[in-house]
Amino acid sequence: MSQISNSQSQRKVWAYRRENGRVGVRNYVAILPVDDISNAACEAVANNIKGTIALPHAYGRLQFGEDLDLHFRTMIGTGSNPNVAACIVIGIEPGWTQRIVDGIAKTGKPVAGFWIEGNGDIATVAAASRKAKEFVHQTSGQERVECDISELWVAAKCGESDTTTGLASCPTVGNMYDKLIPHGLYGCFGETSELTGAEHLAAARAATPEIRDKFMKTWQAYQNDVIEAHKNSDLSESQPTKGNIAGGLTTIEEKALGNLEKIGKKVKFIDVLQPAEAPAQGPGLYFMDTSSAAAECCTLQAAAGYVVHIFPTGQGNVIGNPIMPVIKVTGNPRTVRLMPEHVDVDVSGVVRREMTIDQAGEALIDCIAHTANGRLTAAEALGHVEFVMTKLYRSA
Amino acid sequence: MSAPQLLVHDRQDNVGVVVVEGLKAGTEMLCVVTEDNSDFQLTSRHDVPIGHKVALADLKVGDTVIKYGQDIGRIVAPVAKGEHVHVHNLKTKRW
Repeated sequence: MSQISNSQSQRKVWAYRRENGRVGVRNYVAILPVDDISNAACEAVANNIKGTIALPHAYGRLQFGEDLDLHFRTMIGTGSNPNVAACIVIGIEPGWTQRIVDGIAKTGKPVAGFWIEGNGDIATVAAASRKAKEFVHQTSGQERVECDISELWVAAKCGESDTTTGLASCPTVGNMYDKLIPHGLYGCFGETSELTGAEHLAAARAATPEIRDKFMKTWQAYQNDVIEAHKNSDLSESQPTKGNIAGGLTTIEEKALGNLEKIGKKVKFIDVLQPAEAPAQGPGLYFMDTSSAAAECCTLQAAAGYVVHIFPTGQGNVIGNPIMPVIKVTGNPRTVRLMPEHVDVDVSGVVRREMTIDQAGEALIDCIAHTANGRLTAAEALGHVEFVMTKLYRSA
Repeated sequence: MSAPQLLVHDRQDNVGVVVVEGLKAGTEMLCVVTEDNSDFQLTSRHDVPIGHKVALADLKVGDTVIKYGQDIGRIVAPVAKGEHVHVHNLKTKRW
């Protein structure tokens, strides 16, 4: 490891130390609906009380089994994320509302639940707004404290990829992981179907034979239960997407090999996580079983506790997340020219051979530090708040 | 070194990636292998958009296309060295 990377790995950032010791980089009061029909009340509270953010979504009714488990994991995980200082939960009825409140309360942060049945929207919004205002005053003055950059949990996922992604932006993320994970960073990659064609290389990066088996079982299950069960073509235009193909990617194998560049050259992954499952094996790189759709994957990674996201893009995916800053990295000079407002880290110098991957990794670490200190990402400044729950099957 | 027109990941690869906008047929391309920074020249036989692939050798139907030193699919229509490689002549071996 170079001299520069050692100093970068010891870099300090100014962030929020939460009750459970975790480090957050944003300080939201989240207004979280348990279910789709409580979105209106949550949005009304967020409209009443400045400094809060509503997280409307499409689900939460009549789900069951593994799909319901995932719903609760995503809800509780989102409220528990260290970027959320305090949380208001609103549901149609008290039972599931309280279950989510109790889950979030384990972090020690302020959380309160409200339900609409027997109260109506107006009384619920009034009571929840009073509590939300109390939470805003309780949390908005919290001071940032000095933390190590390697205390951050930094997830990655690429989108609207093209061939420059595998040449420049994904290796940039890999270089950052190779530098920071040995110093305590938690990393995460996912996109189970999008490793197809590179699954053997991904499996070889598992830390133990047991983790390798767990990975291959997870990958094979996605092939069998999702892709093979539902496909009616070779998936061209879906995976790779139309945008991928326009950008020069031809096959899923080619896309996967570029995607996998995100995990660098050295680090091994130390566990396979279910969607939205919080990592529990200590610092290191984790694989999470996710779809490759950007908003779904980012929402699951935020629910697992990741506080910063790195998003390499080729053709210019514009994704953001309401509670987790999403940093865009591109190596495509055309995208830099046409969509500069979406780019946080320009690594197009890599394809011109003006910039090494090592230098690109340093530029990304700089941007992570600035973002952790409070710099808004392009997606934050542009108002991208895509919050998309993963649903495993139809409701009962 | 001036900026290359084509980048190749691995010495075993039989395709490279155009990394400049507006590449015209007949361009004598500077090609760089990123693995070891070696370079060579190749003439593009088509107008090829940025990000798209060019064959480094003549490829016949059934040949495996190699990129990153790995299998990325099979040739389904013949391609000559210097020609554009994409969905019209390369298909996945999966799905």
